[in-house]
Amino acid sequence: MRRYAPFIIVGLVAALAIGGGAIFYRTKLAANPPLKISKEVAETKDTGHVLGPANAPITLEEFGDFQCPPCGKLSEPINQLQKQHNLRVIFREFPLPMHSHAREAACAAEAAGLQGRFWQMHDLLFREQPVWSNSPDARTLFNAYAGMLQLDLDRFKRDMDSSEVQQQVEMDRGRGTQIGVQTTPTIFLNNQAVPPEQLKPENFTEYVEAAVKNAKPSS
Amino acid sequence: MKKDQIEKSRPERSRGEIIFYAAAALIALVGLAEATYLTVIFLSGETAVCGSSPDCFKVLGSSYAKIGGFPVSGLGALAYFSVFTFAIFAAFAYSRARKFFNLTVFTMFAVTVWLLFVQAFRLHAFCRYCLFSAALVFLLTGLVVARPSSIQRNP
Repeated sequence: MRRYAPFIIVGLVAALAIGGGAIFYRTKLAANPPLKISKEVAETKDTGHVLGPANAPITLEEFGDFQCPPCGKLSEPINQLQKQHNLRVIFREFPLPMHSHAREAACAAEAAGLQGRFWQMHDLLFREQPVWSNSPDARTLFNAYAGMLQLDLDRFKRDMDSSEVQQQVEMDRGRGTQIGVQTTPTIFLNNQAVPPEQLKPENFTEYVEAAVKNAKPSS
Repeated sequence: MKKDQIEKSRPERSRGEIIFYAAAALIALVGLAEATYLTVIFLSGETAVCGSSPDCFKVLGSSYAKIGGFPVSGLGALAYFSVFTFAIFAAFAYSRARKFFNLTVFTMFAVTVWLLFVQAFRLHAFCRYCLFSAALVFLLTGLVVARPSSIQRNP
């Protein structure tokens, strides 16, 4: 019996680790059922920033945080997919409280949006994410980015603190919370949430392209 | 008869040695639980967070957190399971297991030092889960290095 004891102990631990992991995985998935944007929410007044035609076969709606690294990694693939497949892309602010500069960055993008440069600031913020994320004074960098985009700097600074911009961020966050968004990036394709494992850059393009292939153009 | 011969070919371990390998197995079990937790979080498409600190997010969401799409925490789980297996077999007087046990612990030590370097100098962020795992590996290495010579000399 003693001869088999180590095999039994190791086998039990292996079974426990695999079984426990599998149960935990299933519990996690059950706790986070796939999100969906309900018809009522989808039909409420659209306040997000939109790229692409209104009748595009695929609408990609992202709840993003400019300081979240996975959002940054998906930014370029989304831009490319938008251009290649003429997608309708909607971006909504969902700054997470754990990111120290995320809210300020969201306000910077919205303030740039008031001067018609939201998407340029959006791309710049994601491209420069490693720089301003680690800066103790991100605001100075945002002002510099506004300068690079040839915005009216005084207006940009005023707008960043304005109630209009704050409200816009809050409205986007509120919409996300209403749907059940908890983390970023959360992306919907035609109101259906993209499964988390497909949000990895290596899977995402393929996933969206499959959705484009299956989608019937809406008339 | 054959069974007896096999039993006799494995020398008895001293009490100290059994305690030593049991302690190592316990530490490996804690590491296995933590690494399994992180692997499941990774597989469910999330990135573990540490309260309001962005550091875990930075480290576990970085490209260093996976090798060829496979999570480093998964490799950690395999390594901890190996240490547990070798420790149990060594405790039951399987001589070869001791060699593999030492080899695995030292390899884990080297990988841990590399991962700490990455966190300190490349990512400029420390993840609490990784630091806890590093502490476990250092504890295991410390046990192996500081093991009483009476235990080391035993065949």
